[in-house]
Amino acid sequence: MANGGKTLEIRTSPHILSGYSVDTIMFNVVLALLPVAGFAVFAFGLAGLLTLSMAVASCVLTEHLICRAAGKPSTVGDWSVTITGLLYGLTLPPSLPLWMVAAGGVICVALGKALFGGLGYNTFNPALVGRAVLQAAFPVAMTSWIPGFAAGRFSSVPSSTLTLPFTSPEYDAITSATPLALWKFGREATATSDLAMGFISGSAGETSSVLILVGGVYLIARNMMSWRIPASIFATVFVFSGALHLVDPTRYASPIFMLFSGGLMLGATFMATDMVGSPMTSRGCYLYGALIGVVTIVIRTWGGLPEGVMYAILLGNAVTPHLDRWTRPTIYGAKGKEAPT
Amino acid sequence: MRLLGLKTFRHGVHPPESKDETSGLSIRQFPFAPLLIVPLVQHMGAPSIPVVEEGQEVERGQRIGRPDGFMSVSMHAPASGLVRRVALAPSISGRMVPAVYLEPFPGSTQEIEDGTPCPLEATKDEIIAAIQDAGVVGLGGAAFPTHVKLKIPDGKFVDTLIINGVECEPFLTTDHRVMLEESRDIFTGIRYLLKVTGAERVIVAVEANKPDAAEHLREAFPSDLNGSVEVLQVKYPQGAEKMLFSALLGREVPSRGLPLDIHALCCNVATAAQIGQLLPRGRGIQERVITVTGPAVKRKGNYRIPIGTPLRFLLEHVGVADDVNRVFLGGPMMGAAAPSLEISITKGTSGVTAFTDTAAERTHSPVYPCIRCGYCVDACPIFLDPSMLGRLAASEQFSTMADEHHLMDCFECGSCSFVCPSHIPLVQRFRGAKAAVRKSKAGAA
Repeated sequence: MANGGKTLEIRTSPHILSGYSVDTIMFNVVLALLPVAGFAVFAFGLAGLLTLSMAVASCVLTEHLICRAAGKPSTVGDWSVTITGLLYGLTLPPSLPLWMVAAGGVICVALGKALFGGLGYNTFNPALVGRAVLQAAFPVAMTSWIPGFAAGRFSSVPSSTLTLPFTSPEYDAITSATPLALWKFGREATATSDLAMGFISGSAGETSSVLILVGGVYLIARNMMSWRIPASIFATVFVFSGALHLVDPTRYASPIFMLFSGGLMLGATFMATDMVGSPMTSRGCYLYGALIGVVTIVIRTWGGLPEGVMYAILLGNAVTPHLDRWTRPTIYGAKGKEAPT
Repeated sequence: MRLLGLKTFRHGVHPPESKDETSGLSIRQFPFAPLLIVPLVQHMGAPSIPVVEEGQEVERGQRIGRPDGFMSVSMHAPASGLVRRVALAPSISGRMVPAVYLEPFPGSTQEIEDGTPCPLEATKDEIIAAIQDAGVVGLGGAAFPTHVKLKIPDGKFVDTLIINGVECEPFLTTDHRVMLEESRDIFTGIRYLLKVTGAERVIVAVEANKPDAAEHLREAFPSDLNGSVEVLQVKYPQGAEKMLFSALLGREVPSRGLPLDIHALCCNVATAAQIGQLLPRGRGIQERVITVTGPAVKRKGNYRIPIGTPLRFLLEHVGVADDVNRVFLGGPMMGAAAPSLEISITKGTSGVTAFTDTAAERTHSPVYPCIRCGYCVDACPIFLDPSMLGRLAASEQFSTMADEHHLMDCFECGSCSFVCPSHIPLVQRFRGAKAAVRKSKAGAA
């Protein structure tokens, strides 16, 4: 017999696949985030390392246990929960008590992901869901920052890090303010070069814009990330804050400052682009980016908080299904329709 | 639409071309199988009516089936031999179809009998009748009776004839070889087609991965023909006629309409070559050029294979690897898997591709939930939302798919399934959904 007595498989076309797979995409996002995470550890020492490790561990473990409890195979192998853990950790102040980090990690996955139905169904970015809950629950701890590059950062941790669960941390005298807070509450601008390179205070991962952009460019080059979303966010932020800055440079920060400060780089590059929560159409991506850009600047400029990227992205996530529906392209052949005879 | 200087359409995908192993191989004649099984339905439309009976001796090229109405074609004996049976035979669709079992005479010269020629000077209706009588169907794969397409209804007209030499399916190189080796027949065929359709000009479309074919056709292009050879960007599914019209003419066939609505007509390059070969000699189709290829095939090549050659004989002749696990007719993007090796080569078979376990491995990847990456949305040449359609199909909302999401405009090119990183069998779901919609429509009518 031509096939050596073997059974032939009957499957429907196409018989070849592109080779892209959910787990390879997610793994590459993890790779792209590693330099950012590495810089966070470099800048904040043991505190950064512990925060990130606890964030990833709590997220991964929560997903694994939820899968087990539901009697389903564990989905941690698709790497998506690792991204959630890393992103979540990178948005936290490096001195946040570890028990809060762990609690937030559980919330990220349980509330932000599993409750919605798991990967593919999570309307909101799980990392930001966890962060938003922490922000509401622990406003002081979530806005207490340690300076980067402190001497002895690899040999000791801030006292707040090891705070016992369900107790409030006490902060060292050496907490410092983020550039956005400096501007918001003191109209004090930070040098752009410091912002870009990351020689500032802030969340673990929002400090190095350059490394964030390197990771983003890598993913865009591999067609694993939409370039339209960050491009639209950056353009909107630049134009909107630039216009305000022209009106009154003493009240409104410069567009370069707005672009490079706070969580904008990390959010626009790695969180707004989360495939599950962002639109699929090109026009939808532009609108989504514009919305996030506008809301960010509105909150930063007129809101009570110095930073608004998180809420802007969560709002963008919420309107994504509508954006997809409004921007659905005209199908081939629908234009200039003639009655077929 | 132009990108990088070459015309193309919007969206689409870039599967690996996998054509290098056969594109340089000249067309070779394939031997006769000890028994040819010639299905009487190799085309879209009514089966041909057999005009031979058991025990009858036929000569090569003799008519063995006559058309049953206009939406049907003639069938011819691929070899001189003895009709063993007129009975049912398995087909690619999995259904049994009427067929003529023909045993070629061993050692016969196999000379082809010429019939009554149909000269270029004949009337339009005579040429259309001759094309139907020659049994010509679209050789690109759809096997739509060519003469039906060429019968232009009153009040309609065609200004541009497009000859499709794109061959965007990976692995296949038949059209490529036909363009290189049968250009004379192609241009003769084009003259017939121009006359019948009344088109003012002809565009021969070739993808940029076949520069030798494009150059050869340009050199061979008769100076008295109004037309050109256009080189198109390499992208799948450029060879779909809708994509050709938008790339070359900037016109879109209306949804559910016909190419005639935009005054264009598209014909495969091999179909044109058959017309140019057969009509001047009054013959019918007895064989066609087929690429036999794929990782599991030992002697890959472009073969001129008699219609009715059983797949098992074909594969034994070229040799297949021990770990062959999938055989399909056509290319890997749209080709249908062979349900058994007892089916035979028909006029619509443009390729036979065989995969091994390793080559097929990638399609065994686990299925993940849709992560809304939007790859399918960027791939669909019809601008559908395969992600949404896939989710609706999973919950069997077939009428919503058809009414709100243009399901019936999907022509199953496979681009969405190809790019899906979650490995969701989108096209498979759409086929099922379309069948369900047609069934419920038929039930309602």
